[in-house]
Amino acid sequence: MEREIMEFDVVIVGAGPAGLSAAIRLRQLAQQQNHELSVCVLEKGSEIGAHILSGAVFESRALDELLPEWQSQGAPLDTPVSEDKVMLFTGPESALRMPSMLAPRTMHNEGNYIVSLGNLCRWLGEKAEQAGVDIFAGYPAAELLINDAGQVEGVITGDMGRGKDGEEKAGFEPGIELRGRYTLFAEGCRGHLGRQLIERYQLDADCDPQHYGLGIKELWQVEPDKHQPGLVVHGAGWPLSESGASGGSFLYHAADGQVALGLIVDLNYANPYLSPFEEFQRFKQHPEIRRVLERGKRLSYGARAIAKGGLNALPRQHFPGGLLLGCDAGTLNFAKIKGAHTAMKSGMLAAETVFEALSGNEPADRDLKRYADAVGNSWLYDELYRGRNFGPALHRFGIMAGGSFNFIDQNLFRGKLPLTLHDRTADYTTLKPIDQCRPIEYPKPDGVISFDRLSSVFIANVSHEEDQPCHLTLNNPELAITVNLADYDAPEQRYCPAGVYEILHDGAEGKPRLQINAANCLHCKTCDIKDPSRNIVWRTPEGGGGPSYPNM
Amino acid sequence: MKILVCVKRVVDANVKISVKADGSGVDLANLKMAMNPFDEIAVEEAVRLRESGKADEGVAVSLGKSACQETLRTALAMGLDRAILVESGEELQPLAVAKLLAEVVKQEKPDLIIMGKQAIDDDNNQTGQMLAALLGWGQGTFVSQVVLNEGEVEVTREIDGGLETLALPLPAVVTADLRLNEPRYVKLPNIMKAKKKPLEVITPADLGVDIRPRLEILKVEEPPKRSGGIKVADVAELVDKLRNEARVL
Amino acid sequence: MSVLVIAEHNNGALSPATRNAVTAGAQLGEVTLLVAGEGCQGVADEAAALNGVAKVLLCDDANYGQGLAEPLAALLASIGSAYSHLLASATTFGKNLMPRVAALLDVAQLSEVIEVVDADTFKRPIYAGNAIATVRSADAIKVLTIRGTAFAPAEAAGDAAPVEPLSPVNGDPVSRFVSRNLTASDRPDLTTARVVVSGGRGVGSQENFALLEQLADKLGGAVGASRAAVDAKFISNDYQVGQTGKIVAPDIYIAVGISGAIQHLAGMKESKVIVAINKDEDAPIFEVADYGLVSDLFEVLPELTASLD
Repeated sequence: MEREIMEFDVVIVGAGPAGLSAAIRLRQLAQQQNHELSVCVLEKGSEIGAHILSGAVFESRALDELLPEWQSQGAPLDTPVSEDKVMLFTGPESALRMPSMLAPRTMHNEGNYIVSLGNLCRWLGEKAEQAGVDIFAGYPAAELLINDAGQVEGVITGDMGRGKDGEEKAGFEPGIELRGRYTLFAEGCRGHLGRQLIERYQLDADCDPQHYGLGIKELWQVEPDKHQPGLVVHGAGWPLSESGASGGSFLYHAADGQVALGLIVDLNYANPYLSPFEEFQRFKQHPEIRRVLERGKRLSYGARAIAKGGLNALPRQHFPGGLLLGCDAGTLNFAKIKGAHTAMKSGMLAAETVFEALSGNEPADRDLKRYADAVGNSWLYDELYRGRNFGPALHRFGIMAGGSFNFIDQNLFRGKLPLTLHDRTADYTTLKPIDQCRPIEYPKPDGVISFDRLSSVFIANVSHEEDQPCHLTLNNPELAITVNLADYDAPEQRYCPAGVYEILHDGAEGKPRLQINAANCLHCKTCDIKDPSRNIVWRTPEGGGGPSYPNM
Repeated sequence: MKILVCVKRVVDANVKISVKADGSGVDLANLKMAMNPFDEIAVEEAVRLRESGKADEGVAVSLGKSACQETLRTALAMGLDRAILVESGEELQPLAVAKLLAEVVKQEKPDLIIMGKQAIDDDNNQTGQMLAALLGWGQGTFVSQVVLNEGEVEVTREIDGGLETLALPLPAVVTADLRLNEPRYVKLPNIMKAKKKPLEVITPADLGVDIRPRLEILKVEEPPKRSGGIKVADVAELVDKLRNEARVL
Repeated sequence: MSVLVIAEHNNGALSPATRNAVTAGAQLGEVTLLVAGEGCQGVADEAAALNGVAKVLLCDDANYGQGLAEPLAALLASIGSAYSHLLASATTFGKNLMPRVAALLDVAQLSEVIEVVDADTFKRPIYAGNAIATVRSADAIKVLTIRGTAFAPAEAAGDAAPVEPLSPVNGDPVSRFVSRNLTASDRPDLTTARVVVSGGRGVGSQENFALLEQLADKLGGAVGASRAAVDAKFISNDYQVGQTGKIVAPDIYIAVGISGAIQHLAGMKESKVIVAINKDEDAPIFEVADYGLVSDLFEVLPELTASLD
């Protein structure tokens, strides 16, 4: 197909913390050195922030470096953390507060801020545009553009106006080629191009498999007397402990009487009957949580996978023509449960590396190996190194012994204990067949504190053009029934937090079939990660589709 | 032939609004904003007339905060030629908007004005009719087809129960309904081009219009929740209830 | 308070929506009803018999024969200042006309009023009914359009109000009427139908939708569907009611085999009466239905259709 071409010096995929920081840094360097430099950012969400979902407690270290004047420029870091609580939920009615001095040092949040990462990105987007970056929201990067020499030359944006069966509808507009001298991929966790890049350039040849969690979050307006702005509560244990799964919960008292809360379920869980969505709904019924939410109003809902493998799972980030940044690679610091500041730093370092190359110091193969050194010499690497054992310790030793290990490692040795724990089991391999597992009975939602999937998706403001090819594709449709349903009772029905997947028996002779309600998709990527058959592939839907998260 | 298109920046149609707890209004903080969908249809119609050679200039006008420039840029990216923002941080009610537009019209002297039939935030469905009244022009509202002829425009209107066709002498005001057209996808290169098109910013004071609101919103509340009624035992009871209780049969 | 209600009609009969506007008007004061048209004496007589109408003004002139906004607005502007309130129903007729009248009188207009709070204060839906605003007008004349479903229709009373003639006025340059094409199809348009019979996944197949069509035809209604039914290819997506489909607000909405996800409710919750037929008694649709019938739709539908003979 003949496509229009647009050329930029640097094409950035994804307007999250990493992509926007890279864009801003590039333009800052260009302005400082009086250098012509065109930078564009592609964002699949209908606006910047529309697809951003995070807790979030934010450490301002990278922002201090990127935009030191952020305080006077109105950055939305309104709520400094005033108190940290770490809770161990020991059962549906009971909980223990962990003494502050026993909590891992990395879980202390003095000096940090409770933010809406979406709103922070909206603000960074304004700064980027003011700095001369062209931002195109509503335009997903659908395909890689790779030349005959195997170098990335940019991306192709998604076609607009294809019908269900791929046919061109009236008004069809083919995607265009966005060519960049360098292309930076900052799609966030499990980016669909990032996944292709990792495979094509074997970026993960020398690291552990990536590990993921599924974070499900809600935003509530709570009664004023229950609101303590700046309070940060992290928790572990119940309800996931009941099914032997791991993960953690959070509850942050943000500005304006709002509370953000969520549950992160590690995606290495074994019981296919487990439903992260229902675990979260159940979690809210714990008296410690319920008392905060009672008589409040749920404002928003969303979900997103996080890459939490840390340094041990961090792939090579450079390849000919581009770099893989932030959570697209896996720079989240799991010990701190924070990825925004590290993602920003990875973007800033990328900008500096790319700028140097574009200033006449370009390697012949356009492979910016120097980026590895830039990362290695930065505080980003130091942080990830210190936190490298945190996740594996919890995976290997469990919450009590692993927690103790982390206390010793983080608080006594500051993460420099001279050993490295590995976790080499990929998340999609961990499900056990149903005959080895017990079904889990989840309570029905009460419509007050707990809800069903569809009414949750409703307030995520999800929309997709209905007449378009299904963006959740199956490599082999039969496996959905012969393997996923037969062996695992179709776990996608339960791990999908948006109700996208349903097994229906309305086929000929009541034969089961997998119904994919793609229009509900929150773009969390869990199906692309957890499918035991590795059969589901997430692709970009038509531009602008997906959730529209406010204040998430 | 010059066409003026009026566009409003509203909360995106896909976003659910929530009413503020104190009843003072709707909470719009950090919600995605977009061009009013009916206005998008109006822009598309003007661009098509422009592309077919029947019109030679298309001008977008918006009124409101500085952020409306973004909406105007979208109109320019869709294919209009230039844009005017009447910038005001004040609340602008339909009558004030119509008066401001009437002044813009005096300066621009368009042959045809197209706008959406209503904005999806206030759901007023007034501005086009008011503007036509102030200008003393003919109006074609809820329009699903526009045919430009010599000196007049023929419009097909979607009225209750069917369609109606009117011929309006030019200049005239037309308001767009859903089925007028399907707005195009904006192409990336056109976003870049739109950044270079002229966008003029003026103020209500420049136009000498009194924009004081006539209506005061005392309270905004959530609509009463529908609650479940009764279960009937059988068809006979259902029919009886529909006939004699609800009286809808 | 003196209230003028503008009658909507086709020169032969009064439109039913006008009766609802009369009820709203009667809550504000003494109602004068204006019948402007061509050869519309019969409409005036019909209107004169309505409860709550104190007087009918009849302006019979060729200029008003097609109900065009420009001449009607000029007529109303010429007499409007004698009234505290000018009302019309919030139909395409009223919504076309009243803002023009308001602008000529230099007053604001209030659209789709659903409740009269007092002489200056009204409730109206905004954001597609997702919020209700209470609005007070500071203008001397209040120009309102009235949402019919929010007010009961005025019934015909025994006594006829007097009918007085009103002289036409010269209006703006008039748009020219070309043609009108009212749909006379057996099955009305989904978005304007008085009755909608909607099917969900529970209907089970494309063939089974015939049961819904038979009921819809009997009631002079339209057929709709939930997204699940459309996704299952029982029916085309033109029929989809809900967040991503059509928004409907009929007098009767009959949901058959529809579970009632919030996305569907968003498209029909403004219906006057909701009937749910579903064999799953826990289906969320029963939480919003005025009348619920927990039963097998394949038994209920033929019986319901037959009982309406």
